[in-house]
Amino acid sequence: MTESTIGSRTAPRTESGETPEAGSRLAWLVSDTLVMARRSMLHYVRVPTVLFFALVQPIIFLLLFRYVFGNAIGAGIGVDYADYIVPGIILQTALFAATNTAVGLAADMGTGVIDRFRTLPMSRSALLTGRTLADLSRNVVVILLMIVVGYLIGFDFQNGPWAAIGAVLLALLFGWSFSWVGAAIGLSIRNSEAAQSANMLWMFPLMFTSSLFVPTRTLPSWLRAVADVNPITFGVDAVRALSLGGANTAGKVTGALIWCLVLVVVFIPLSVHLYRRPE
Amino acid sequence: MMIVAEGLTRSFGDTRAVRGVDFEVPEATVLGLLGPNGSGKTTIVRMLTTALPPDSGTARVGGHDVVTEAGAVRPMIGLAGQYAAVDENLTGRENLEMVARLYHLPRVEARLRAAELLDRFDLADEAADRPVKTYSGGMRRRLDVAASLTSDPRVLFLDEPTTGLDPRSRQTLWDVIEELVAAGTTVLLTTQYLEEADHLADNIVVLDHGRVVAAGTPAELKRRVGSSVLVLILTSEAMVPSAVAIVEESCGCRAEVSGTEISVPVSGGPAMITRTLRGLEDAGVGLADIAVHEPTLDDVFLSLTTEDGFDGSGSSAPDTGGNGR
Repeated sequence: MTESTIGSRTAPRTESGETPEAGSRLAWLVSDTLVMARRSMLHYVRVPTVLFFALVQPIIFLLLFRYVFGNAIGAGIGVDYADYIVPGIILQTALFAATNTAVGLAADMGTGVIDRFRTLPMSRSALLTGRTLADLSRNVVVILLMIVVGYLIGFDFQNGPWAAIGAVLLALLFGWSFSWVGAAIGLSIRNSEAAQSANMLWMFPLMFTSSLFVPTRTLPSWLRAVADVNPITFGVDAVRALSLGGANTAGKVTGALIWCLVLVVVFIPLSVHLYRRPE
Repeated sequence: MMIVAEGLTRSFGDTRAVRGVDFEVPEATVLGLLGPNGSGKTTIVRMLTTALPPDSGTARVGGHDVVTEAGAVRPMIGLAGQYAAVDENLTGRENLEMVARLYHLPRVEARLRAAELLDRFDLADEAADRPVKTYSGGMRRRLDVAASLTSDPRVLFLDEPTTGLDPRSRQTLWDVIEELVAAGTTVLLTTQYLEEADHLADNIVVLDHGRVVAAGTPAELKRRVGSSVLVLILTSEAMVPSAVAIVEESCGCRAEVSGTEISVPVSGGPAMITRTLRGLEDAGVGLADIAVHEPTLDDVFLSLTTEDGFDGSGSSAPDTGGNGR
């Protein structure tokens, strides 16, 4: 703090009274989202243990299910269990991003940096869109790794390359949609440990009462009724159909897309509302 | 007027943090918001910086309403908080570039601006590319203030900017603030340090329990507490009784005596002092020392604010908790 040119107005000062046009407002949303996504991704780089465990955890799940339960469960399914479980684990890892979203936003809300963001002329929603974009990018990495590990334990895309790409994109979209559920939870709870626990509260029951690990027809009828409307069942069935082929792929994908739409329509406005609510 | 607050009010649950506060800040001046913990300082700053809507009342910054025209207010303000509002996991440079980008400076300019600010705030060495979580408290604070200057704001809000800083860092920050004001920036500063308000502020608003209890220039506030005091220290105790008689006669009031020290309020300005000293000289009273004590803002503070505010026990208002939760 030695020189005396701080007040010299070297930087262009934004004119007072400037209100952005609709076009530049959209441009701001895009540019601010990228800035905020970069920030969240730098967190992944600076705290590499988070990403490390995000990568290791699904690998452990995959190996456990493939080798511990695989033979017992697989016998009754009619397909190789590796082919059955890998699309499920891909979707599961995509869903785990929702926890990152919840924890990251809850942590932000507890620090002073949020007051700075609130007073900057940035797009109001960019903190949220940036966060979910960063978690989507994380999913790209984790899902590609799951596919590599999947191939090593006997998984195979059986429906052609385009359907395989479709499966990955659908899993990414599904993970992104659920990120907004995590966002709403993180913004409501505003404490990162509590947000993590709260997220597990819906995520694990929802995962295990779906077709993620076993076909729903093996469940007792009352539970099957739950599983058949579970969004995760729709997501897994669609990703599995795209990966392996089979009857009614288009119908399953449509079902999954409708669920994504529902989640996004409900949880994006809810999250934005929760973020704007000051206290 | 760059800042106008009218009837600002804000509660958090049952706690009435700010209860109808009015003040104005002319352009290129410093307003010091002075008050104990929990007096509502931070809540006022958060309302003026568009982070928190008031329950009632209005505020205009640079002519724009902070609620209905928040989009016009934000580009022209900068905020540095008492808890350094920087991202711990990012480096100093990344923090400043991020803020510059969020002010919509083009990428290259954002980079230049960040480098310029790092340089100016003595963070340009290896510290610039270290994560902030490795910084000392003083470095964080400097980074926070640097971030608040990213867009060269016309109105700068500094919420207890020097709390916890060592004297040298405090002086450097004062220099920066004076420089900014000289260049036309309007500053609203909250502080618990009376010395700081006295040094920097053109006008002072004293808050207690969310209300304005006094307002004026530092000199005016000091005058409210009382006049200056003339202190005389005699060379020998034997002369005290005759000296007291002379002093009391020339001021027409009672003097306080403690050992060889005589204190008396200065009534009637310098003439009274001259009269007193001449009287003492004529009587052959030897003086070891003479001093005129001006009342300090500490006296103002203590006489105007209620005591329970200092430990916060009487007012669990939110600005004690850093960011109001």
